[in-house]
Amino acid sequence: MSPRSDAPPPKIRIRGLKKSFGRKKVLDGLDLDIPQGRSLVVIGGSGSGKSVLIKCILGLIKPDAGSIRIDDVELVGASRATLEAARRKVGMLFQGAALFDSLPVWENVAFGLLARRLVDRKQARERAIATLAKVGLGPEAADLYPAELSGGMQKRVGLARAIAAEPEILFFDEPTTGLDPIMADVINELIRTLVSELGATALSITHDMASVRKIAHRVAMLYEGRIIWEGPVERLDDSGNPYVDQFVHGRASGPIKLRV
Amino acid sequence: MNPLAAIGRATLAFLAATGSVVLFGLQAIAAGLTGRLYVRQLGRQMLEIGYFSLPVVGLTAIFTGMVLALQSYTGFSRFEAQNAIPTIVVLSMTRELGPVLAGLMVAGRVGAAIAAELGTMRVTEQIDALSTLATDPLRYLVFPRLLAATLMLPLLVVVADIIGVMGGWLVSVYKLGFGPIEFINRSFEHLKTEDVVSGLVKAAVFGFIVALMGCYQGYRSRGGAQGVGAATTRAVVSASILILVANYVVTELFFAR
Ligand SMILES: Nc1ncnc2c1ncn2[C@@H]1O[C@H](COP(=O)(O)OP(=O)(O)OP(=O)(O)O)[C@@H](O)[C@H]1O
Ligand SMILES: [Mg+2]
Repeated sequence: MSPRSDAPPPKIRIRGLKKSFGRKKVLDGLDLDIPQGRSLVVIGGSGSGKSVLIKCILGLIKPDAGSIRIDDVELVGASRATLEAARRKVGMLFQGAALFDSLPVWENVAFGLLARRLVDRKQARERAIATLAKVGLGPEAADLYPAELSGGMQKRVGLARAIAAEPEILFFDEPTTGLDPIMADVINELIRTLVSELGATALSITHDMASVRKIAHRVAMLYEGRIIWEGPVERLDDSGNPYVDQFVHGRASGPIKLRV
Repeated sequence: MNPLAAIGRATLAFLAATGSVVLFGLQAIAAGLTGRLYVRQLGRQMLEIGYFSLPVVGLTAIFTGMVLALQSYTGFSRFEAQNAIPTIVVLSMTRELGPVLAGLMVAGRVGAAIAAELGTMRVTEQIDALSTLATDPLRYLVFPRLLAATLMLPLLVVVADIIGVMGGWLVSVYKLGFGPIEFINRSFEHLKTEDVVSGLVKAAVFGFIVALMGCYQGYRSRGGAQGVGAATTRAVVSASILILVANYVVTELFFAR
């Protein structure tokens, strides 16, 4: 899976994105392109604004300024209908899984299918069970409620819910956090397969460097509200960027200062 | 501190809050009327708001009817007007106490539950997740609750009216020496359709208020468990106050006619 030289046009194109909460600047003129059919991973410290970035793209948080285009359609300041149409292309795994705790697992997984009325309830259940199998959960999990699951299982159900409708674009907010190393690898494999087989475009966030190396075609580092480095995953170790070096090798000393 | 500036600030804050509640309600109604109706959600909420509120509302109504009969006896016997007791009981229940007490009980029970549920869904990102799954949270979560509460509260009040009058009947017959049939005849003697209808209109308004405040506060809650707790309190307090205000307004409207 090496990057091709004839790079396809970007599926998602972000320019000058700004977002502050009160006086705190979280995103400060961020530029990022995500090519069609590629998997891009954003790395960056805790609280650097990675989740905010994803929520801005989905229109869940309103940016203060800038431009976000999916398939060349502008989403900043777009109408509800435009935003909804864009969201329909996206499957999202939330950092905290965000499962609907009033619904059993299978209805969580099939929620998007039922909402789009693509299937009836019986088919929805079958699709849900098939999707659960992909993330390593057996059919016996289908009738449990989210509160009855371990954190790692919730994450996998969240992942199943994100991919159930086979969307063109996938957002994963820390897909492997809270999973044991073997299950993390299963999930990494799954993300790879989804991107290569479905031709999906993926934007993931992770702190897990093993996961980065496994799922990323390209890596971008977010620091102080901007992307300070972006390049193919092969260049991660010789990026020539001291910030990236420090982050990748997890060193306490370096240019990145933690503001505690 | 300039007192005028303080008054001005408070007024502006009040107007801004009112505006955002109204806007929220209108957006939810617009969302609900323009797309599919989530029948399952509606059914679940009708059960939750209507059926499961029956015990609380019924208990409140029966004791209120009983105490009404007793208190009006204490007063009216002083000028030989005991015969008015059935009328007093039935008019007080249908016009006033049935809807107001049911409204306040439901505000405590249902308003709090709605705010806590939506608040938890907000802080655990479930509301965001709905948006990413081709579902408008206003249409899926808020509209069914508004509709269910507006429909179910009048039904609850019909039950409360009947149980309340029954409470008055019990006390009047077993304690105050009324004939069982006499009480019922007298209670219907002066009862007009308008008395019952005004009570039911009130009930629908109160139901809407309870659900709206619960949804609004829950939907906008921030900051974890503490934020949800605060939202729940605000939902109950604001719904209760608004019920008492709306009660006067609706009474005035019917009174003028
Ligand atoms: N709704 C909000 N209101 C106010 N501040 C917010 C909100 N959402 C995020 N923030 C702030 O924005 C900053 C970035 O948050 P974000 O969740 O994007 O971090 P992150 O990079 O995803 O971190 P982590 O890796 O720990 O998940 C944080 O300082 C957070 O306090
Ligand atoms: Mg995050």
